[in-house]
Amino acid sequence: MTQTTAESAARKQRAQIRVRTLRTDRWWLAPALTFAGLLLFLIYGVWATFDGSYFTDPYIAPFSSPCLATSCPEGARLFGFAPFGDWYALPPGILILGLPGGFRLTCYYYRKAYYRSFWLSPPACAVAEPHGKYTGETRLPLILQNIHRYFFYFAIVIGLILTYDAVLALVHRPAGLGSWILLVNAALILGYTFGCHSCRHITAGRLNHFSKHPLRYKAWTLVSKLNARHQQFAWASLFSVMIADLYVRLVAKGVINFPFA
Amino acid sequence: MGYKAKFRVWRGEGGEGRLEDFTVEVNEGEVVLDVIHRLQATQAPDLAVRWNCKAGKCGSCSMEINGKPRLGCMTRMSTFEESETITVTPLRTFPVIKDLVTDVSFNYQKAREVPSFTPPADVKPGEYRMQQVDVERSQEFRKCIECFMCQNVCHVIRDHEENKPAFSGPRYFIRIAELDMHPYDVAERKESAQDEHGLGYCNITKCCTEVCPEHIKITDNAIIPMKERVVDRKYDPLVWLGSKIFKRQR
Repeated sequence: MTQTTAESAARKQRAQIRVRTLRTDRWWLAPALTFAGLLLFLIYGVWATFDGSYFTDPYIAPFSSPCLATSCPEGARLFGFAPFGDWYALPPGILILGLPGGFRLTCYYYRKAYYRSFWLSPPACAVAEPHGKYTGETRLPLILQNIHRYFFYFAIVIGLILTYDAVLALVHRPAGLGSWILLVNAALILGYTFGCHSCRHITAGRLNHFSKHPLRYKAWTLVSKLNARHQQFAWASLFSVMIADLYVRLVAKGVINFPFA
Repeated sequence: MGYKAKFRVWRGEGGEGRLEDFTVEVNEGEVVLDVIHRLQATQAPDLAVRWNCKAGKCGSCSMEINGKPRLGCMTRMSTFEESETITVTPLRTFPVIKDLVTDVSFNYQKAREVPSFTPPADVKPGEYRMQQVDVERSQEFRKCIECFMCQNVCHVIRDHEENKPAFSGPRYFIRIAELDMHPYDVAERKESAQDEHGLGYCNITKCCTEVCPEHIKITDNAIIPMKERVVDRKYDPLVWLGSKIFKRQR
């Protein structure tokens, strides 16, 4: 096949229509809402990272868990340990947020979401993108999206720690609204994590003989069911983690102080 | 009850052309292709349109209706307002032959570049033994009717003609996935998917899945699993180490 360029004769043989799209529906709505939702999460995440009110016994804000430094209140430390010692004085969230953040950043669903809404590549189907050149995920930095599975391994650990936090809160304050909010958040995060495409591949997606691996095939079918709802879990867990985090901080600040908080 | 619909149809040859306005009769239960045929019969006898089965199974009447890739025979007129002007254009990614007919030979060339099913040398036809679960994933991809709407909507080539030599497109990623997931296929397809067919160009924005008239989960069930298999082969040091230690066969 001969090499072609954007202005080549081959390009000019296509129907020459000088508008970006002929779509008449509200194609811009989905990317606009996605942009707003992700921007809200980014702004909240930056604020929460530097906010000091992340613990009120027995609740710890998800954005600051696990708390791994001596500067964390004793009850907030994971299993009472502080492996980073007393030299670490920055907010605890900075230590760990890169892992769940990296998991979402390289997630196959979120890639679609931000490629469309932030990078407009493309903003919607059959709507021309504004970029003159496109190389996709073939070179740096986007080729690094291929490390998604490593973030998935860390995300399992973070998900289990958030579940532990929620169960611990529930044991100490079973009637507390915060305990249940943390539990719902942990469930949604686990649903999102275990519905990941990399998880689907690792369980049995890489195999060609499902019948020779019945247990892995069973795991694959379960993960596939979660995976079919990956987008819904992605958004639900994005908002649940923000709501749970904000709730704990508001309780810690004394803004929320009703008896069953 | 019938009504008069306003149509704007792209007409021209070899890329040069324009949108022409028509007012056409529409009857209850009709699809866009019916109206195009009436246009041919009553007002524009030289209007070129490719069609065949009128049942959504041959993939011939792919066109863009109000800017979206659709099958003309499966797009009901009842989904539009009677006052709406319906714009019909040829597929925008391929060269125009005439009016709504495009030259889709790009796809046939890409098809020839995918090596066919390659069973092990020591297994003869008739000796294949497998269970339904082993081939279920591949069978989903066999539903493809080759309408090429996924190829047409993919922005990698739709917006960047220069990527055509390096990128085979979603239709051929499902073909590669179909073969790579087959229990009896032994050809090397992972590295070639990345290096020769341009899998890395795909940024999984799922437009191919959105337009597929057979509702094949192209992105989730073919492209992403192939991307993960490519990671196994090219980018995951642990898998590489495991293959060395445990002497896994490629």
